[in-house]
Amino acid sequence: MTPVPSRERYDLAVVGGGVHGATVALFCARAGLRTILFERGSLCREASGVNAGTLTMQMTRVALIPYALQAHAMWASAPEWLGHDVGVVVCDGLSLAFTEGEAELLTYRAGKRREAGAPIDLVGPARALEIEPGLSERVLVAGHCKVDGFANAYLTGLAYRAALIEAGVTLCEQVPVAGAVPDGGGYELDTAAGTVRARRLVLAGGVWLEEMAAWLGLRLPIKVLINQLAVTERIAPVMRTVVGIASGLLSLKQYPHGTVVIGGGWQGRGDRVQGGVELVPDSLIGNMRLACHAIPALRRSRLARAWAGLEAETRDALPAAGPIPGFPDAWICGSVHSGYTSGPFIAKRLADRILERGEPDPLFPIDRLLAPEAGAAPSAPVAEAPLS
Amino acid sequence: MSSTETRADLIVVGAGPAGASAALAAHRAGLAVVLIDEAGRPGGQVWRAPAAGVAIPEALRTQDDRDGAELRAAVAASGLRFVGDARVWSVTGRFRVDAATEAGTEAFVAPRLVAATGAHERVVPFPGWTLPGVIGLAAATVLLKSEAMLPGRRTVVAGCGPLLAAVAAKIVAGGGTVSGLVDLAGPADWLAVAPRLARRPRLLRQGLGWMIRIGLARVPVHFRHAVVAAEGGEAVEQVVIAPVDAEGAPVAGTRHRIAADALAVGHGLLAGAEIPRLLRASLRFEAEAGGWIPVLDTAGRTSIAGLYAAGDGAGIAGAAGALLSGRLAGLAAARDAGALAEGAFAAARDRILAERHAVEAFAGAVRRLMRPRRGLVDAIAPETVVCRCEDVTRAEIDAAVMAGAREVNQLKHFTRCGMGPCQGRFCGDTAAELVARHVGSREAAGVWTARPPLRPVPLDTLLGDFDYADIPVPKPAPL
Ligand SMILES: Cc1cc2nc3c(=O)[nH]c(=O)nc-3n(C[C@H](O)[C@H](O)[C@H](O)COP(=O)(O)OP(=O)(O)OC[C@H]3O[C@@H](n4cnc5c(N)ncnc54)[C@H](O)[C@@H]3O)c2cc1C
Ligand SMILES: Cc1cc2nc3c(=O)[nH]c(=O)nc-3n(C[C@H](O)[C@H](O)[C@H](O)COP(=O)(O)OP(=O)(O)OC[C@H]3O[C@@H](n4cnc5c(N)ncnc54)[C@H](O)[C@@H]3O)c2cc1C
Repeated sequence: MTPVPSRERYDLAVVGGGVHGATVALFCARAGLRTILFERGSLCREASGVNAGTLTMQMTRVALIPYALQAHAMWASAPEWLGHDVGVVVCDGLSLAFTEGEAELLTYRAGKRREAGAPIDLVGPARALEIEPGLSERVLVAGHCKVDGFANAYLTGLAYRAALIEAGVTLCEQVPVAGAVPDGGGYELDTAAGTVRARRLVLAGGVWLEEMAAWLGLRLPIKVLINQLAVTERIAPVMRTVVGIASGLLSLKQYPHGTVVIGGGWQGRGDRVQGGVELVPDSLIGNMRLACHAIPALRRSRLARAWAGLEAETRDALPAAGPIPGFPDAWICGSVHSGYTSGPFIAKRLADRILERGEPDPLFPIDRLLAPEAGAAPSAPVAEAPLS
Repeated sequence: MSSTETRADLIVVGAGPAGASAALAAHRAGLAVVLIDEAGRPGGQVWRAPAAGVAIPEALRTQDDRDGAELRAAVAASGLRFVGDARVWSVTGRFRVDAATEAGTEAFVAPRLVAATGAHERVVPFPGWTLPGVIGLAAATVLLKSEAMLPGRRTVVAGCGPLLAAVAAKIVAGGGTVSGLVDLAGPADWLAVAPRLARRPRLLRQGLGWMIRIGLARVPVHFRHAVVAAEGGEAVEQVVIAPVDAEGAPVAGTRHRIAADALAVGHGLLAGAEIPRLLRASLRFEAEAGGWIPVLDTAGRTSIAGLYAAGDGAGIAGAAGALLSGRLAGLAAARDAGALAEGAFAAARDRILAERHAVEAFAGAVRRLMRPRRGLVDAIAPETVVCRCEDVTRAEIDAAVMAGAREVNQLKHFTRCGMGPCQGRFCGDTAAELVARHVGSREAAGVWTARPPLRPVPLDTLLGDFDYADIPVPKPAPL
């Protein structure tokens, strides 16, 4: 049952129970902060529960590679720090090129990611087939990364729910927050369970960060991607690695229970008010064709289910993670590209900042993203955010 | 790459009594209609056509077969476009319908759509229900009608409603043995609805005919009994039955073991409202009408402009009700398209509503007999599998609720219940009942979010032949 929030001021209020909000709340609560977490629906049932679960460097933005590597290690040891299993499998990953153009793109991108620290090698078709015997023979060249893998994203909520409760977080599911304003001693939140006060505030609303920032009078434009995914029925093993493509528009792996999840960010229809309203059949078919081109044996399976989820993207496609300018003790955490992979580590670093622990990490402050007042000249987008 | 699109004024999905009559009515009013069904020929469940090459002996032909043949002749003579062997897997927009056929996938586009996809069967799990040889009561009718095949040599027929007698009589007529007819209802329950059944003398006579056939074959009838287990090694060998109360809960009394190599069991029908659900039309929960059904106006309009629902998919009402609600939805579509004047439409609508009122008493009686029984669900043992696609037991569902799952979609994430190829069509009603036991009501327990495909479809069929260059790969993600 949903606990009744206390009238006393909490040390920290987190709004949004995706992987970002839940991780911040978890580490802060374990460090002793009296923490309350609000989730409008059920924990991790938006992007953080419906995503493809791929934990890959080869789709991660270069600026995020250092975070993604650390986060990968966290996912791989989830039972140790989270205390619960999210079905993480660590395996090799391949990013494929089928055309000359893709080979060029792949070579360039793999190089950039390697410079950022991702252990990616380029391999020829024969070696690629050794690594992934299910692979099509039409591959020209492949990026190979040994630090890859996947999780069962749908288990995220179950795992975090238990961990948060064990850590003593006041977990308010099905409790939307309608606003938050400074009140002298911190922030006052207008919630479906009444007014709640906290000394510190973290906004972790995924694609709804734009609305949340508006509570404080800030305009933080967030683009909404409507990512489609498809899953086959359980089939005998057809692959053992995570397979992607140079352009980033394919993510493919087979789960131990036999289903194959096909993703890659092909777009459906929807918006942040209605959610992922519907799938576009042509784009679903395009994504599945790409998948079967990569792993031909997949063609023999049946499509069991397909869905769409909402992913947030900032103007420069880099995270919104850091303090909220002009609002002491208030932070934002989200909009991380391939944010399931990197989320736990970025959120943990934010928790460290809140707790004033260790080397402060500037993360990806949102100053660059805040839209100028009407009439003012637009500020230049920041290409690469600072990274400690 | 986009598939070829056929345009029409109206698409009707489902060519049972409801869909076929909707299509015929709209076509007669002047609309260009496409009628789609996954079966090769119109007829639906009740008037299912025999499979190609299967000849039903004259002696076994029933009124249903004759009505079905008549319907097929009417569709063939009308000139409307019937697309058979086409499985609708996606419905989007306002409206695009994608169907998987032997030839690949085909798209149809129209401003109006009638969803007439009928019902599916409810089977409340019991130990052994996943053994080979155990099939649904309704599925048995499909086998008997379309393949002229017996479920087994010695079959136990169990569950509730008129399908019990229909299946038992057909097995007997086909030369099989019914080694027990196990009815959740008792003679008193039948007597209580008899006056309402008598309002359709032809159907009552048909029912009595079945009973006579069953009586002459000396089929042992067990009223107020339920199957509590199917037992066997590789396949079902015996069926255990126990006396139950009015809600289907086992009570003290003798348990019988009946030797059998097949068990046909069904606990009522669930409305197949997948299309309205997928398109996010308003739904309401009504247990006796088959669960979550679309909210409709008197003419079958859903809350979404241009989307109509008719037949069992809009609420269980049987073939006669389906026929009438289908005709009405077809006329409403014609009216809304401007092909029918308001006066003519209103007159036709009032006539149909009056006829529907006349068949409603009978339909209500049948719904009553097929109603879900709480006790059956309560009696599910902890170790019994509820979701057969993903092997989820009742104990796992209860544990997930204890761990904080408040509604069925969260339950799905906690347990994989409903995540398999049937997308919860078989386990959904039971799983939701179990969640409802903890959260208070079926409304609170919610309903699975509908997802494409409406039916599992082979990737091979969906993808067709293609070159790599044909794949419209979007622009690369940022580096
Ligand atoms: C289909 C899909 C596939 C993806 N595949 C991958 C992948 O394979 N690998 C990868 O690394 N990343 C993937 N991603 C990206 C990844 O899922 C996201 O980046 C990440 O989950 C975002 O987490 P979040 O916590 O920021 O947002 P969310 O998980 O969306 O959480 C935000 C939460 O805030 C809540 N909320 C909103 N408003 C309020 C309010 N007013 N009050 C209270 N609560 C509120 C929402 O209900 C929601 O639960 C994918 C995304 C999608 C959609
Ligand atoms: C398996 C079964 C057997 C039954 N047998 C009998 C019986 O013997 N006697 C009796 O009186 N009643 C029977 N019933 C009850 C019967 O369904 C109704 O009384 C009557 O047939 C309802 O008519 P309808 O037009 O609403 O639906 P239906 O007759 O069920 O017609 C629905 C049609 O939609 C089609 N369809 C559904 N989904 C799709 C899709 N995604 N793509 C393409 N086509 C689709 C189906 O193939 C079907 O032909 C049965 C019900 C079921 C579920």
